[in-house]
Amino acid sequence: MGMTITEKILAAHAGKERVTPGELVKCRLDLVLANDITAPVAINEFEKLGLDRVFDPTRVVLVPDHFTPNKDIKSAEQSKRVREFARKFGIVNYFEVGRMGIEHCLLPEQGLVVPGDCVIGADSHTCTYGALGAFATGVGSTDLAAGMATGECWFKVPESMKFVFHGKLRPWVTGKDLILHCIADIGVDGARYRSMEFTGDAIKALSLEGRLTMCNMAIEAGAKNGIVSPDEKTQLYIKDRAKRPYRFYTSDPDAHYVEVRQYDASLIEPQVAFPHLPENARPVSEAQGVAIDQVVIGSCTNGRIEDLRIAAYILKGRKVHPNIRLIVIPGTQEIYLQALREGLLEIFVEAGGAVSTPTCGPCLGGHMGILAKGERALATTNRNFVGRMGHPESEVYLAGPAVAAASAVTGCITHPKEVVGSYAG
Amino acid sequence: MRVKGRVWKFGNDVDTDLIIPARYLNTTDPAELAAHCMEDADPSFAKKVAAGDIIVAGKNFGCGSSREHAPIAIKGAGVACVIAGSFARIFYRNAINIGLPILEAPEAAEALQDGDVVEIDLGSGTIKNLTREGLYQAAPFPPFMQEIMQAGGLINYVRERMKNHA
Repeated sequence: MGMTITEKILAAHAGKERVTPGELVKCRLDLVLANDITAPVAINEFEKLGLDRVFDPTRVVLVPDHFTPNKDIKSAEQSKRVREFARKFGIVNYFEVGRMGIEHCLLPEQGLVVPGDCVIGADSHTCTYGALGAFATGVGSTDLAAGMATGECWFKVPESMKFVFHGKLRPWVTGKDLILHCIADIGVDGARYRSMEFTGDAIKALSLEGRLTMCNMAIEAGAKNGIVSPDEKTQLYIKDRAKRPYRFYTSDPDAHYVEVRQYDASLIEPQVAFPHLPENARPVSEAQGVAIDQVVIGSCTNGRIEDLRIAAYILKGRKVHPNIRLIVIPGTQEIYLQALREGLLEIFVEAGGAVSTPTCGPCLGGHMGILAKGERALATTNRNFVGRMGHPESEVYLAGPAVAAASAVTGCITHPKEVVGSYAG
Repeated sequence: MRVKGRVWKFGNDVDTDLIIPARYLNTTDPAELAAHCMEDADPSFAKKVAAGDIIVAGKNFGCGSSREHAPIAIKGAGVACVIAGSFARIFYRNAINIGLPILEAPEAAEALQDGDVVEIDLGSGTIKNLTREGLYQAAPFPPFMQEIMQAGGLINYVRERMKNHA
């Protein structure tokens, strides 16, 4: 029997001919990643080993992105600890404020993760990199510390689920809507411990950005990883970025899947996930008119140039509703500069929106847009748990950039077609 | 090893933001994190919970973020064991790596009530309800994970392995 792409990558990194789901394997790691929240805990654990070096200073990536530029003294102390560790151990890929980005926007953009890689990150959204045809999964700080020390990690080979999306997407429908629809279908533990493999002609037609958004939210269904087999679009994206040699793996036609789910993507409307779980996604028509106080466009899910272009298309020449605070957060410095050059930032500011330097910020209720009691946000982020963006009695609705921008104009959750008609951008 | 304590019962899909909200993640100090454990689910939990008590929850406990601060906060609050119908995978790994006892036991998770006193044999995975009749068996850990637990967590396990290979 054949193997899935996930099984092939794990087998290659375990030095085995083949692996089977359920098997425990020890894999060689191509890259390990941590941020300003998870790295300090990992550094505490790493120091207990008494080592004078990490396994490979070029393969450890440290990105202070959550509470940066630092929001308070304690956060500054945490970042300082990461910075000093990076200097002491000669960490090449340490990204300082002003030269950084939200980690899962930054690493693919900089070509630090390449197709065929096996990557762990002390951040649950590390699964984003599956969009490049890599195996990438989130771990905790202690696993990360062990990874920094040994360059290895143990995994239970996951069972694979296949999600096939057929057909042409409707106007305004993006990768975010496909993944929200999928999570609504299977639930927040519907892929627990499993690999989610996305395929079908709608995925083929999707941009790399859209695939990154989809794999990013695999964790919201409990998955170990999300993955898309690399193709010519992957090749185009990676060829001038890759910092290391890469390899394309694809699933065999006779690979085994525990479950195959088929979707007619042409029937999927823009989605909105109601509080307080991502699985509460429904078509935007069912959320129409819900009044909101704040709109956030950004995050590792939807902070890429394509997302900003969609938002700017809708906001161009329009004004943010008087009752709304609009916060736009480009995912990396490179995206920020690109948006600046394309005139997108000017559109956001003229519309009455705030544009921030890259940060995870409000997505996890850190800073840069915290909600008061009873307030409601519509965000292009990935989680709408209780208290996620601030007060435990605030609410977060999740959507893609088109619904977010349209809703910023009207002051309530709105289908983009009601603001601008069919997409012509 | 046996533990005995009061049950604090929670529902399904308890996420890591409920276990320790991100607004408290600007520290790594277990005592500080413990003071806010489960705060957005039950604001007085950290004050009420006693050393040796047990958290019982439904399916998918610990879903969401990879923050190891979540099991650290629970352990720091003195909780002796978490019993759940199922665990989210990153939380599961983290708990084993830092030495927080967890047991996957759907029947017990369903039957145990808030306020029950239970006795748990962590070695065998048997859970006995002392308040009302009930004896439950948790799923056994794979041998590899038992090795990590016996070493006292992943870092000790790695240290011993690196020493042996030196």
